Amino acid sequence: MTAPAIELKGISKAFGAVQANKDISIRVMPGTIHGIIGENGAGKSTLMSILYGFYRADSGEIYISGQKTPIPDSQAAIAAGIGMVFQHFKLVENFSVLENIVLGAEDSALLRPSLARARKELKSLAEEYELNVDPDALIEDIGVGMQQRVEILKALYRKADILILDEPTGVLTPAEADQLFRILGRLKDEGKTIVLITHKLREIMEITDTVSVMRRGEMVGHVQTAETSPPELAELMVGRKVLLRVEKKPATPGAMVLDVRDLNVTDDKGVHRLKGVSFNVRAGEILGIAGVSGNGQSELLEVLGGYEKATGTIQLNGTEIDLSGRHSDGQSRRARGIAHVPEDRQREGLIMDFMAWENIAFGYHHEPQYQKSRLFMDLAAIKQDTVDKMSRFDVRPPDPRLTAKNFSGGNQQKIVLAREIERNPDLLLIGQPTRGVDIGAIEFIHQQIVALRDQGKAILLVSVELDEILSLSDRIAVMFDGKIMGERLPEQTNVKELGLLMAGVTGEAA
Amino acid sequence: MQKMPQWADVVLIPLISLLLAAILSGLVILAIGEDPINALKIMVEGSMGSKYAWGYTLYYATNFIFTGLAVAVAFHARMFNIGGEGQATLGGLGVALCCLYLPWPHWSLALLGAIIASAAFGALWALIPAYLQAKRGSHIVITTIMFNFIAAALLNYMLVSVLKPAGSMEPATPKFPDTTHLPNFSEMLAPLGIEFSRGAPANVSFLVALVACVFVWALIWRTRLGYEIRAFGHSESAAKYAGISPTKIILVSMTISGALAGMMALNNVMGEAERLVLNATEGAGFIGIAVALMGRSHPFGILLAALLFGVLYQGGAILSQDTTIPVQLVLVIQALVILFTGALDNMVRVPLEKLFLAINKGRKTAPKAAE
Amino acid sequence: MDFLTLLQLLDATIRLATPLLLACLAGLFSERAGIFDIGLEGKMLAAAFTAAAVASLTGSVWVGFLAGIFASLLLSALHGLASITFRGNQLISGVAINFLASGLTVLIAQSLFAQGGRTPSLSGDARFNPIQWPGALARMREIMQAGPFQQFYSELISGHTIIVYLAVLTVPASWWLLYRTRFGLRLRAVGENPAAVDTAGISVVGLRFAAVGICGVLCGIAGAYLSTGLQAGFVKDMTAGRGYIALAALIFAKWRPWYALYACLLFGFLQAIALRGDVIESVLGFRIQVQLLDVLPYILTVIILAGFVGKAIPPRAGGEPYVKER
Repeated sequence: MTAPAIELKGISKAFGAVQANKDISIRVMPGTIHGIIGENGAGKSTLMSILYGFYRADSGEIYISGQKTPIPDSQAAIAAGIGMVFQHFKLVENFSVLENIVLGAEDSALLRPSLARARKELKSLAEEYELNVDPDALIEDIGVGMQQRVEILKALYRKADILILDEPTGVLTPAEADQLFRILGRLKDEGKTIVLITHKLREIMEITDTVSVMRRGEMVGHVQTAETSPPELAELMVGRKVLLRVEKKPATPGAMVLDVRDLNVTDDKGVHRLKGVSFNVRAGEILGIAGVSGNGQSELLEVLGGYEKATGTIQLNGTEIDLSGRHSDGQSRRARGIAHVPEDRQREGLIMDFMAWENIAFGYHHEPQYQKSRLFMDLAAIKQDTVDKMSRFDVRPPDPRLTAKNFSGGNQQKIVLAREIERNPDLLLIGQPTRGVDIGAIEFIHQQIVALRDQGKAILLVSVELDEILSLSDRIAVMFDGKIMGERLPEQTNVKELGLLMAGVTGEAA
Repeated sequence: MQKMPQWADVVLIPLISLLLAAILSGLVILAIGEDPINALKIMVEGSMGSKYAWGYTLYYATNFIFTGLAVAVAFHARMFNIGGEGQATLGGLGVALCCLYLPWPHWSLALLGAIIASAAFGALWALIPAYLQAKRGSHIVITTIMFNFIAAALLNYMLVSVLKPAGSMEPATPKFPDTTHLPNFSEMLAPLGIEFSRGAPANVSFLVALVACVFVWALIWRTRLGYEIRAFGHSESAAKYAGISPTKIILVSMTISGALAGMMALNNVMGEAERLVLNATEGAGFIGIAVALMGRSHPFGILLAALLFGVLYQGGAILSQDTTIPVQLVLVIQALVILFTGALDNMVRVPLEKLFLAINKGRKTAPKAAE
Repeated sequence: MDFLTLLQLLDATIRLATPLLLACLAGLFSERAGIFDIGLEGKMLAAAFTAAAVASLTGSVWVGFLAGIFASLLLSALHGLASITFRGNQLISGVAINFLASGLTVLIAQSLFAQGGRTPSLSGDARFNPIQWPGALARMREIMQAGPFQQFYSELISGHTIIVYLAVLTVPASWWLLYRTRFGLRLRAVGENPAAVDTAGISVVGLRFAAVGICGVLCGIAGAYLSTGLQAGFVKDMTAGRGYIALAALIFAKWRPWYALYACLLFGFLQAIALRGDVIESVLGFRIQVQLLDVLPYILTVIILAGFVGKAIPPRAGGEPYVKER
């Protein structure tokens, strides 16, 4: 029996307190395409970055073609015949294609002969694998599809036998993705081993021979693609962990609070992030937005929160909101009754170096209750308010002078929630409410959200956790590629159906 | 889990940095063949040994309080204002024009006028780089450096071609009118029956500097604006989420910073020289960087750091009179302080954090082991 | 203005542009690798002093020259330690280095020579002397009577110190190193996207230290030239802001070697005519404030930085310590 091309044994890796990989083992046979699937943050990229020497594992062993191979840095990985195409390309933007390809793999101290050889080599690779690129074009002038080819060529130029691709189709159009798969198929025929990291079931089914499924830093299953099905994979991926039952009565939706029509967002790079998004949320209901992250949910929250420009119309309680960014910002949105628990509390929701009481006023620091006079803030009032909020939201330790970064994830989130929910907003935007939060706090946070709904408030919940969406939402909308793929009622749908919608597969195909 | 108690961050790290700087400076003194202990004695005696000495030390400290506060306010918004020198130069110009061309009946009114003039001129000189940073993305460090040179040339031009009295060879303004004379410590303390050295230059602007400390403290830690400045400085993305405008914060914080740097002229131009001369700032704008770093951008820390640098400057001057050690020793110490408290912060911080982590672990596990 | 005056002006331009050019190229290597360096001034100053001091003590300009480079390299190593190893603030480190050099040079000068922070005047083999090219005229009187070509040859081409010629050669050499060698490719890459370099299996830290080292050598040559070529000995703060003008020239040149040459010649020319107020007056018919000429490099740089005349885009990874993203 041939030795596996790649064998990882007991790989573990922690970033600070976060265990990104827990005792992971995996075998990939040569000449196959192996998929690694899992939700965002499941630890797939970390695992492959360890194989490529970008990170160092805390423990575990790597075998390449049966040989134990320590990989302390990328140089060792390259020497072992491993190439990797990262999700965020590692290209020098103002270099030519050719220069990017030879970088680090030059033949000699002089550039000219290296470039000449690379040019020749590139030509033959292009013919062999259908990988045509203009060698003299600058990276910043070519599209992402082309840039990805350059990354693949970089690996092939270094004689890689093992090629790792991290979410390669995330930035591609369907046609480009199809072309990529043809190329991968040809590479496989040439005897190369390919590892494909993805969260898209369709891709796994279409191209891989074997699949490993990861969830929360752990490997939860290895299967032959031919012997599995999308629903089975979706189940493995999302997990059948104990559904956190949230006690809630049926919703009694009232008046329309938020009405979004034909929302479009294009970012600085010209990428179309939101494509004609329309939906509405009524008083006393929770609309859950499901979807793999990076499909436009963040932009949606930013637009509603007032710090991203958009076109289209949004009405709040029947009056239109300015979307041009000229007359509105986070503060004017708050004044109109929109509270926002952002997806990334460490980057946006909190100032990590501020004390708890300073964070309790964050975004609301203009409110009259916090002012002593026209100029001065009433620190005593803010601190008192913080003490009250901390006790009502059971923040531990209840010390208003402790810096935000010194609270656990769950307690950080409670601080943000306390600040936003207690404003009694008409509409609460809440992104990833329980990301990085311990079980105990999850329950508490869910209860708070439901309680707010029962007070007749409208809630827009964005989460990549399907469980959470299913147990909290009164209606569910699924986002994929900047669009709403469809709306479902939680009692009439299931993980499988939502998982397929999240992967961009609509009804008939499933 | 807290890595390190706050007192270690605020007190211990600056002290260790200072100690490292002091040890290295001592080695430098040894290397040039002098006795560091003796040098220290002379410096302490020369800067704090008499009322006269204090009069100079506090005079220097006044300069450094203003420029240190200026750098600190900008630091809070994560702007590195390296242009304090130029802003102080412009402040001097403002003071000179104000004192020379407006009729002042009394020094107190003149002081008010000069505060406005110096702050306005300094603020203007900081506002242009701030605008270019906020609107055009020009790096504030480079533009403020350039503006230092432009300010020096502008002052040179004004003194040589505009303000110099006819017939004078020296590029300097005429002496300011007597009504703009600021009381020095001796004059201030005499009514209280306290005698103070008459020759020492410390003057009433020291009190203005103290007020400025309180002002900055209140601004940064008590007002909404200060809250927004700090929020922006810590996290631009969070500031945007909260609806704080980056443009506004950059412009406002740099304006305040420039105004504070400009107000240094109250002390050196109006209080001491009583006329405007070339290179009046004598590098005090740059010392502000060391003072702000050392004082951890807190007005109270800045006050202490400014006093320390006042001691260094006065002590260094005396040292150069009494020994063969030139006054530039102070520059070396200043450089080492900036190096250790600024650029090499991690060198001191990381081992210390590890130490505290180990101590904490030890504390936690010790009782268990005893059970 | 007659032809000879013009030649004299250009001759002064070349001499004054030389230290700017060397420092500018020094900054170019450092900043192209992603390490901002506002400590050019300090490194030049340290080198200027060390070169003059050692030349004065040994009587050999070349020993002094090497010592000057060594001094500059020491400060470079400090900058590397702070900004690469300890990931400190590159700007603050640069500021500290400038003060350190400004203070230490005088301190040591005073301790060695006791001449108020100067070194003794250098002469003979202790300084770089002008090289007379074959057939060139040395005496002013002869040159005045010679034809225009001979004037051009004798005044402008001949009669500079070796460092001036070296500096001019450094421009194509830098260009070649940056754009024609493996090292140059990697160096430019690490200033644009260190992650690309890291994943290509090359050490980011090693490359950046190499760049900072080259910066130190070039600053060292620039400084040594100041005290042993342009002038005959060290006086305190003799760099007089040249490190900052070089920084301005670097921005003006948009971080490219040939443009650095043009920018430094322009700024050198401004310095040269600032010394010859009489010439300007005779050419333009009115007086230009000498201060305006002094600050023109800075004003031009601010205008460039503001993006009003072509945008100056610094290397993308400049000023940021490299930390692998999580």
